[in-house]
Amino acid sequence: MIWNEPMECMSREDMRRLQSERLKRTVEHVYQNCEPYRKRMQEKGVMPHDIHSIDDIVKLPFTSKKDLRDYYPYGLLSVPISEIVRLQASSGTTGKPIVVGYTRNDLAIWAEVGARCFTAYGLTKKDVVQVSYGYGLFTGGLGAHAATEAIGGTVLPTSSGNTEKQIMLMHDLGSVALACTPSYALFLADALLDSGIPREEFKLRVGAFGAEPWTEGMRRDLESKLGIKAYDIYGLTEIIGPGVGHECVCQNGTHLCEDHFFPEIINPDTGEPLPPGQTGELVFSTISKDGMPLLRFRTRDLTSLNYEKCACGRTSVRMARILGRCDDMLIIRGVNVFPSQVESVICELPELEPHYLLVVDRVNNLDTLEVQVEVNEKFYSDEMTKMLELKKRITHRLQSVLGITPDVKLVEPRSIERSQGKAKRVNDKRKLQ
Amino acid sequence: MLIKQLSVFLENKTGRFTEVAAALKDAGINMSAFTVSENSDFGIVRLIVSEPTAAYSALKKAGFAASLNDVVCAHCDNKPGALSTLLNKLTAAGISIEYMYAFSIDDTSAQIVLKPNDMDKCIITLES
Repeated sequence: MIWNEPMECMSREDMRRLQSERLKRTVEHVYQNCEPYRKRMQEKGVMPHDIHSIDDIVKLPFTSKKDLRDYYPYGLLSVPISEIVRLQASSGTTGKPIVVGYTRNDLAIWAEVGARCFTAYGLTKKDVVQVSYGYGLFTGGLGAHAATEAIGGTVLPTSSGNTEKQIMLMHDLGSVALACTPSYALFLADALLDSGIPREEFKLRVGAFGAEPWTEGMRRDLESKLGIKAYDIYGLTEIIGPGVGHECVCQNGTHLCEDHFFPEIINPDTGEPLPPGQTGELVFSTISKDGMPLLRFRTRDLTSLNYEKCACGRTSVRMARILGRCDDMLIIRGVNVFPSQVESVICELPELEPHYLLVVDRVNNLDTLEVQVEVNEKFYSDEMTKMLELKKRITHRLQSVLGITPDVKLVEPRSIERSQGKAKRVNDKRKLQ
Repeated sequence: MLIKQLSVFLENKTGRFTEVAAALKDAGINMSAFTVSENSDFGIVRLIVSEPTAAYSALKKAGFAASLNDVVCAHCDNKPGALSTLLNKLTAAGISIEYMYAFSIDDTSAQIVLKPNDMDKCIITLES
């Protein structure tokens, strides 16, 4: 099912025309109404009248996460605060959060793209959607909430936490879809199993999972444990929140709502645009928002774009699974390591639970990587040789994927902290020194 | 004969075995024997207990990675040379042993707990 066929199935030519018009309008708007952008453009020697089509986007300055912090809280708004009807903030871990303001029109866009996502997952007005993303400053809860309302579905706003109650309500109220982070979905999957309630008494069939990168292996795990179809929902607070992109029933890439959020892929080191299909840093320009439009916002997410028409009928560009964040990348003994690589190995081994922790340290000036993994309860053996053989096998597999040899540590079941929001997968002790 | 052995995976952390003992105490379980096989990261505790199924449930409930395994329990006289005779028999039959341990209930006899590579063959050999 397709929510907005004219927009989602538009020809490439028409899409470029629409994007060009919208970019021109956005550049004019920020130049007139947002001082930091006006200054940046003047410094770069580019004026609104230099932007004729979407191809001219490369003339525009980038926006970084740091800019959003530097102009905290309202510096990047392009409308007076009287026009802002909602504020959200990023779940930033250090210092000041990143604050984003929405006009009434921006909220309508957010609901529209959210509706496209949920419709692509096969949800309709008949379905109950359990929103187990946190409600509050984090865009997850309210974003999924608005998306459900937009398709006329029934919102069950449980927010995150209180797992037993989540399971009870999921059962009693007949939730058809679960919207939460993939790590919390795993947590709920365990709780569902522990509840002892037979699976056939649940109506759950769809998962809308996002807000943190996840892998194909984790998808298989979630789908088999929960007995559902698990779909990616992609979003960033800075751009709008969940709804920037979504998978379809083909589960073959994340469709981006490119009539609102124009994507580019650049070389993260040089800032140069990369040809279609190449992996690099994803950059978004919002081309329809009024409140806080961002030009060429560097997401730090690494991925590639595919412009081929999808088997679902949509022509909108598809993004490959996020390989990681430029920021998530760990450099261990000079080798680039992404937590997602470790996760892909862990999820393909049936002996392991999909929970892990990377502990990075520096001992005698040498980086060490410890990978803590939980063994599935069925695979704990009474024989030491079998446990050591398993440990060796995991080590070899990780070594071949990562290019460095980690110290694999088998830990007791459920001893790795389960997250109720974004999972903490890395403990880099080197930063403390 | 075949008996049930309880085995528990434990990380090398202070007090972890204490918690196993406490869980068994609370469930009213008596231990006849146990052995620990360990490396620097983790250990495997193997126990012979009065009520294996109840002990297993108690440990599972307390969140331990416990499992019940079949092992061979062989009766052996408590005198010089008895173990040698028993092991000679197994070696002659081509049976190898993954691990074993022994305990003694009184002065005259001992119980040998074995995990052989071939369970059925081991029992037949011992009974012959």
